[in-house]
Amino acid sequence: MGMTMTQKILADHAGLESVTEGQLINAKLDLMLSNDITAPVAIRELEKAGVTSVFDANRVVFVNDHFVPNKDIKAAQQAKTVRDFANKHNVEAFYDTGTMGIEHCLLPEQGLAVPGDCIIGADSHTCTYGALGAFATGVGSTDLAFGIATGMAWFKVPSAIKINLTGELTGYASGKDLILHLIGMIGVDGARYKSLEFAGDNLSSLSMDDRLTIANMAIEAGAKNGIFPVDSVTRNYCEGRIKRPMQVFEADSDAVYEQTYTIDLGSLRPTVAFPHLPENTRTIDEIPAGSVEIQQSVIGSCTNGRLSDLRIAAQLMKGKKVAKNVRCIVFPGTQQIYLDALREGLIEIFIEAGAAVSTPTCGPCLGGHMGILAEGERAVSTTNRNFVGRMGHKDSEVYLASPAVAAASAVAGYIANPEEIGGEK
Amino acid sequence: MTVSGMVHKYGDNVDTDVIIPARYLNESSPAHLAAHCMEDIDAAFASNVKQGDIIAAGANFGCGSSREHAPLAIKAAGVSCVIADSFARIFYRNAINIALPILECPEAARGISAGDEVSVDFDSGIITNITKNEQYTAQPFPAFIQDIINRGGLMA
Repeated sequence: MGMTMTQKILADHAGLESVTEGQLINAKLDLMLSNDITAPVAIRELEKAGVTSVFDANRVVFVNDHFVPNKDIKAAQQAKTVRDFANKHNVEAFYDTGTMGIEHCLLPEQGLAVPGDCIIGADSHTCTYGALGAFATGVGSTDLAFGIATGMAWFKVPSAIKINLTGELTGYASGKDLILHLIGMIGVDGARYKSLEFAGDNLSSLSMDDRLTIANMAIEAGAKNGIFPVDSVTRNYCEGRIKRPMQVFEADSDAVYEQTYTIDLGSLRPTVAFPHLPENTRTIDEIPAGSVEIQQSVIGSCTNGRLSDLRIAAQLMKGKKVAKNVRCIVFPGTQQIYLDALREGLIEIFIEAGAAVSTPTCGPCLGGHMGILAEGERAVSTTNRNFVGRMGHKDSEVYLASPAVAAASAVAGYIANPEEIGGEK
Repeated sequence: MTVSGMVHKYGDNVDTDVIIPARYLNESSPAHLAAHCMEDIDAAFASNVKQGDIIAAGANFGCGSSREHAPLAIKAAGVSCVIADSFARIFYRNAINIALPILECPEAARGISAGDEVSVDFDSGIITNITKNEQYTAQPFPAFIQDIINRGGLMA
């Protein structure tokens, strides 16, 4: 019986010829990631267990990104715990204020996540690196601690859902609209415990930024991981960037998929997920203009904080003003993206439009800091979750959308079709 | 091992953001997490919950963030077991890793109501609803997972 791409990577890292769905395996880890929220709990577990050394400091990455720049004294203590541990154990891949980025923007950019890798991260959006053709999945702090101590993790080999992509994106439709559409179709537990395997003859039309956005939200369908084949887009992205050699795995032609869905990229429209689940999707054409007024528009995050995201937002906001009574917050994903956006003049466009531009942080996305919602307020956001209380008060609302929709909405003051602000694209 | 307690009942897709909102993740002490557990969907939970109580819920319990603070908060609040129609995968692993017993049992998730007295036998997987005089059977944990829970967690 053939194996999926995910199963091939897991078999290789478990030192096995083949694996089958449901099999429990012990796999070697290439990379282990955690942040200022999850690392302190892992460090506490390591200390409790009396572990005094790191299995391989070169495979460990710490990013202080959630509550930084430190939002309060307790957050500062947590960031310090991570900093002290990284320094004590000579973890070179430690990123702090000034060099950091939002972890899932930063690791691909810095070439730390490599095609063919087996990666765990104590952050649910670790599945982002599937865009590169790696197996990457989110875990809790204890699994991470075990990985730091031993370099290994146990996995149950997942079954798979294949997403066959045809055609090309048109107009303002983006990778974000594809993943929101897919979650709307299969539901927030539609891929629970499974791998989402993206495939198609014409994948080269999907940029790496789009793929990173798509893989990022695989967890929002409950998936263990999302994964893209390695192609010319992957190779171009990785060239001169990756820190270790890549390994290319391909699904067998007779690999078994529980289900296969085909999505025509050309049919996708800008899509919005209404509160309070990412599966509550509607296309922009189903939302009457002016029907959903907003008080905040958030553009950024590990889902949509990359340069192409900022470019499309700036294109729509250029020469326009953020609507009265709307706060628009733009937060680039990494220091490098921030610098690139500055040099391209994007930051100037945002500031002249009346938007606030923030240092990279996960803050607003999870209701941490830098953009919290009051009771009854609504935000359109390019982030990944719209659960009750996600961005602030339990009676606030988050509408998930692409950077184009968030930028158009910031200008309009309500959830708006980008065509209304920027004309047809 | 057997536990018993009063049930707190919730619906589908209880996410880790409502189990413990991120605004409280600037520290991770069990007492702090327990004090804010379930705050955004059940403000009275932290003050009502008693040692040994049980949570029963619908599908996809614990979806969303990987924060281990979520099962830690539930455990620190005194909950002895979570029974659900199904669990999100990261939460499932995390609960086992920190020794919070959880059981997948759609039949129990449907049959149990808020306030019911329920007992759970982890060796057999039998869930007894004392209030309604009903029994439901869940798949018991395999030995290696029982062992992790009995030890007090993966790193214990």
